[in-house]
Amino acid sequence: MSLETPLHKVEGLGPAHSGVKHFWRQRVSATALVPLSIWLGVSLLGLVGGSQADMAAFLQTPLNAGLLAAFILIAVYHMVLGLQVIIDDYIYVNWQKLLSMFAMWAFALAVVAVCLFDLLRIAG
Amino acid sequence: MAETPHAARRPRPLSPYVTIYHWPVTMATSIVHRIAGCGLAAGLVVLTWWLTAVSLGGVAEFNALASTPLGQVVLFGLTWCLAYHLLNGIRHLAWDLGYGFSKPAAARNSVLVILGSILLAIAIFAAAYTGHGGYYAGVYG
Repeated sequence: MSLETPLHKVEGLGPAHSGVKHFWRQRVSATALVPLSIWLGVSLLGLVGGSQADMAAFLQTPLNAGLLAAFILIAVYHMVLGLQVIIDDYIYVNWQKLLSMFAMWAFALAVVAVCLFDLLRIAG
Repeated sequence: MAETPHAARRPRPLSPYVTIYHWPVTMATSIVHRIAGCGLAAGLVVLTWWLTAVSLGGVAEFNALASTPLGQVVLFGLTWCLAYHLLNGIRHLAWDLGYGFSKPAAARNSVLVILGSILLAIAIFAAAYTGHGGYYAGVYG
């Protein structure tokens, strides 16, 4: 005999109430990052030792700017998902957990804000 | 329920703990995946730094700092972190599709990922050091 209510069963979320959302988002972002990381590696190797003009010209191309923006947004999102698991695993004192999550989000949003500003400024 | 005094308690058998546990290679690849991920989070600082240098100025200073021995060690570390996290991430995605779960396959793929990531990082640096990098200089703009 199951103790689950019919509604609970059909939702299929179990006792965590959130189901596979976190797992799925991590896999989707990871899949997107496979080609984006390869593109980033090829791009950065191509810019090694270059001048500011070389790098700015490279990043002024809409395709390159768009791909770098996509990489940064998805990588930061993937980082948040990953670091959240690490914090959940190792930090169990409540205020420390709260502080770590706050620091992680502050870092993530700062990286996104600064990088997008840089890309827009380079484009303009 | 009577409490046994601490001193009178007989030493209990302990279950195997990490220090005496036989480390299969899959255990190493699992924990290193996490460490490499943390390294890449720190790498975002360097990427942001570089992008800000391109945007606001300071590329020459960035290049100079990157050329120092410490800069090269940091960049090689980040390159390897990306190579490892990418290759082992592909291994994780293959798992999610149901491939590579048998013990011999998991152990073999772990060794392949470790060796492959080191080779990839060395290959990238070898390309840069032998003048095969920088191929986008003067191509755009």
